[in-house]
Amino acid sequence: MNPKSTPVMLTVNGLNKKFGQVHAVNNLNFEVRKGEVFGFLGPNGAGKSTTMRIITCFIPATSGNVLVDGIDLAVNNLEVRRRIGYLPESTPLYSDMTVREYLTFVGKVRSLKGAKLKSRLDEMFTVCGLTKMASRQIGKLSKGYRQRVGLAQAMIHNPDLLILDEPMSGLDPNQIIEIRHLIKKIGEEKTVIYCSHILSEVSATCDRILIIREGRIVASGTPEELTKGHESGSRYTLRVKGEKSSIESNLSAIEGISNIDINDSLKNGWHSVQIHTTAKDDIGESLFNCIVKSGWSLSELRRDQTSLEEVFTQLTRSNQ
Amino acid sequence: MIQSVAAVFKKEFTSYFISPIAYVFIIVFLVGTNFMFFQPFFLINQADMRNYFNLLPWVFLFFVPAITMRSWAEEKKSKTMELLLTWPISDTQVVLGKFFASFAFLASAALLSLTIPITLFIIGNPDPGPIIGGYAGALLMGAAYLSIGLWVSSHTENQIVAFILAWVAVFILMIIGHPMVTMKLPSMLVPVFSYIGLFTHFESIERGVIDSRDVIYYLSMTGVFLFLNTQSLGSRKYE
Repeated sequence: MNPKSTPVMLTVNGLNKKFGQVHAVNNLNFEVRKGEVFGFLGPNGAGKSTTMRIITCFIPATSGNVLVDGIDLAVNNLEVRRRIGYLPESTPLYSDMTVREYLTFVGKVRSLKGAKLKSRLDEMFTVCGLTKMASRQIGKLSKGYRQRVGLAQAMIHNPDLLILDEPMSGLDPNQIIEIRHLIKKIGEEKTVIYCSHILSEVSATCDRILIIREGRIVASGTPEELTKGHESGSRYTLRVKGEKSSIESNLSAIEGISNIDINDSLKNGWHSVQIHTTAKDDIGESLFNCIVKSGWSLSELRRDQTSLEEVFTQLTRSNQ
Repeated sequence: MIQSVAAVFKKEFTSYFISPIAYVFIIVFLVGTNFMFFQPFFLINQADMRNYFNLLPWVFLFFVPAITMRSWAEEKKSKTMELLLTWPISDTQVVLGKFFASFAFLASAALLSLTIPITLFIIGNPDPGPIIGGYAGALLMGAAYLSIGLWVSSHTENQIVAFILAWVAVFILMIIGHPMVTMKLPSMLVPVFSYIGLFTHFESIERGVIDSRDVIYYLSMTGVFLFLNTQSLGSRKYE
């Protein structure tokens, strides 16, 4: 998919939201293109849910505008709401209704009727794996099934834009994998905005990621771009057998090394060495040559990738 | 448009009957009102519904807040409001759906209390005018109470608080036109207060006189509070 040629699904322009003194969303600008699975990432309280609530027309923005499929939210918000399927953070459902009653109700509110409504219901039951649970009361379902009902509710009208706020919270690892597959499947045709504070979830499903902190954008791009852009040197881990002092002096002679950290708590004269480099280039070869020349035994030589996780922590740590 | 209101109506109306509280209240309401009617019936051999309609505003004072207390408070507490208000349905449609559901519930309770006039018609030959008027007035007054209750419920997420505040609000609007209060007022304010009071308008209705002014009063009262309800949803002052 060529990201530049696909049309825009969502445009957010200079969005601000203040709650009294708190500036929850601070001048957000971003675009989501059709067919993208877009990760919206940030620590708790970064303004993710607030942004989603504005886009879904639940709360008004203090300033700025939002266009969904070219329609301005301030001008025709019912039309915007028709295009969006939304699963809020806490998966709020009417617990005294059965799954079928609930989804029928949502379908009717969304102006589906008759055969169309029935076929959409059947499709949702199959897609979300709810067929067996159709006549169960929602309040008696497990968290995983509630989540599926929430997803079914968000997709029943076949929306162009699906907004999922922390869809994995409270799920066990198997359920997470299932829901992740489901989201990927949906993402093949639909635009999905996926909010989370857990990076591994987002990097596993999303085409593009936006990281926010304290209501501001701190980074955006594909997962690869994000890791590349924020690499500052690389890190090597060695496990060698030799004199500690000679290890330190021989290694520090290699060009491009900024920091050596030797852990000598290992048995039989083995040392675990962490090396940080200033350069982004590979220094593996010079390390290996140095080890051979010094005559140490070697049991491990590894270059650690800067993970998205590190980028995320770097970017979202508070400044204090 | 109509379909969305109907969907909300159906969902709300059935949810009244899912919880046991509804049955408890209907039973208490029926036992209470039947007692009010049959006590003079057996004691002094009197069979008219004057007493019954006389006490109805006071019974509604407890019954109506109990009907409306959960309608918004529950949505707020369980956060289902966040979904409800992001579906393509206007605030007015949701408010109307909820109002008609609560009204239908009140009307079904009133319907079940028709045993009293039916008994009357079997054993005697009452004047149907005041009875029909009384029921029509009761429903009009009930509609006004309900809209107040719904509006109050939209300000809290605690059902008990919603009940108590609705009780207080209705009570104030009831007694505001009562001679007990108007006696102490400067004379130029008296007509205003007695016009606003919920009670004054029911007095003529229970005598069997349906005056268009009273009908307009109750309908506009209902309209005003339903409008205020959409306004309180519109402000959405929470995080």
